[in-house]
Amino acid sequence: MSRLGELLDKGDELIITGEAPVIDGGTLEDYEAKLAELALWCDAMNATDNTAAHAHASNVAMAIAMQRVGVEPILQVVCRDKNRIAQQADIMGVALHGVENICCLTGDDVTAGDEPEARRVFDLDGPQLIRLANSLKEGRYLSGRKIEPAPSLVIGAVENPATHPLDYRAQRAAKKILAGARFLQLQICYHPERLEAFVAALHLNGFTEKCAILPSVVAVKGPGPLRFMDSSVPGISVPAETIARVADADDSAEEAYQLVLEQCQHALALPGVRGLHLTDFRKDGSISRLCTDLGIRPRSERESRANDFALAN
Amino acid sequence: MGLIAAIEHVIKKPIWDCQMCGQCVLHDTGMTCPMTCPKTLRNGPCGGVREDGHCEVKPEMRCVWVKAEDRSRNMPLLPTVWREHFNNLRPPVDNRLKGDSSWKNAISGRDKETPPGWTPATEAPEAEAKA
Ligand code: SF4
Repeated sequence: MSRLGELLDKGDELIITGEAPVIDGGTLEDYEAKLAELALWCDAMNATDNTAAHAHASNVAMAIAMQRVGVEPILQVVCRDKNRIAQQADIMGVALHGVENICCLTGDDVTAGDEPEARRVFDLDGPQLIRLANSLKEGRYLSGRKIEPAPSLVIGAVENPATHPLDYRAQRAAKKILAGARFLQLQICYHPERLEAFVAALHLNGFTEKCAILPSVVAVKGPGPLRFMDSSVPGISVPAETIARVADADDSAEEAYQLVLEQCQHALALPGVRGLHLTDFRKDGSISRLCTDLGIRPRSERESRANDFALAN
Repeated sequence: MGLIAAIEHVIKKPIWDCQMCGQCVLHDTGMTCPMTCPKTLRNGPCGGVREDGHCEVKPEMRCVWVKAEDRSRNMPLLPTVWREHFNNLRPPVDNRLKGDSSWKNAISGRDKETPPGWTPATEAPEAEAKA
C-alpha cells in the first residue's frame, strides 16, 4: 500500500503532502531536481491536472515520472477536461504503474486559464468523481463491468473552507467524506477564523476520524503573489491587512515567511487537523526552514522511526 | 421535443431557467436549477465562489449554489424532506435524457436509474451529510 494509505490507516501520525511543480518541457532528471526539496519532507505529492486550467505535462505522465524518481504521487483528477470514461481510464492507467493515491477535484473553469475559449467538460462533479473512484476500488467500472483484480486505491479530495456559502462548506466536505474521501487537502485560507469554524464543524461531528484534514499553505516571497491570489485565483481572498503586513514590512520576504509559519502553527494546533499540504512558490529553501521551525522531521526519518517503533512492538 | 416536454419547457424555462436535463432535482436544490451553474454541478458549489458570493465563471451572476443553499434553508413553504435532500449525493447526469420531459421520466422512474457501478457494493441506503 502507498505510504499515504498506511498513514491514513494508522490514524495518528502527521501527514505532509505537497504540490509538485508542473512540467513544461525538460527531462526526467530535470524534474527530479525540481522535486528534490519538497520530496525531503512530503509523504506524497500531487501530480496536478492542468492547474488553473493551463495545459502542462499530463497528470498521468507526471504521476508516472514521480513514481520513477522515487517520489510517491497523488494523482489529481479534475472534471474540467475529460468525461467519465477518460477519467476512469486515467485512474486505471496509473494504477498499472503502481500509483494508488487519487485526489478528486471539480477543478477551475476553463476561463481561469490561458485558453478560455476551450470547451469545458464537467461531465461529473467532484463528489461524483469520488464515488466513481470508489467503484473502481471495489472492482467495477461505472457501467458495472468487473475489474479483476480491483486496483488498490487511496481516495481523497479537496475543499475550500474559506469561500461562500461559509456555513455550508463543512457539509460539503462531509458529503465528500461520505462518498469515500479519506483525506481532504484544503484550499489555501487566509481567514484563520473560517478555517477554525470549518475544521471544528467536521471534528464535532466525528468526520475527522474518518478523513485526514490537510490545510494548505503557500510559501510566497512577498506581497505580489498574495495580491495575485486575491484578485485572480477563484475562491481565494486575502484580507487587505494581510497583504499590507507583508508589503509594508522592512523585509517583505521575511515577513511573508513569518506569515506562512504562523499559518502552519495555527492549522496544526486545531483539533482534527492531521497535517499540512505544502506549496512552494519561493524556491529558496524555505520549505526546509519551515519544516525545521515546525519541528517536523524529514520523511525518511519519520518513516524509519515509525518502522522501528513497529518492530519494537 | 414531444408535447409534454414542450409544455414543461414553456412553464419551467421562464421560472427556473430550466435547461431540460430530463432528470429534475429542483425540489432538492432549493428550487434552483443546478444546470444553470456554468459547470453544471449537481452536488453543491465549487471552490471558486467569489468573496461577494458571485460565480467564478460569470462574475456578474450570483453563484447558483449560494442561491440554492440559501433557498433550501429559508424558502417558505418548502417541504422539510426537500430541505433535507439538499445534501444527498446526486448521481451523474444521464446525457441521453437531455431534452426529455422530466415529468415523464419521474412518473416512469427512468430519472432514478443509475449505472450499476454507481451504488457502492458495501452501501445500503443513500448516505446523508450531517455536519
Ligand atoms: S461559482 Fe457557483 S455557479 Fe459558478 S461554477 Fe462554481 S458552483 Fe457553479
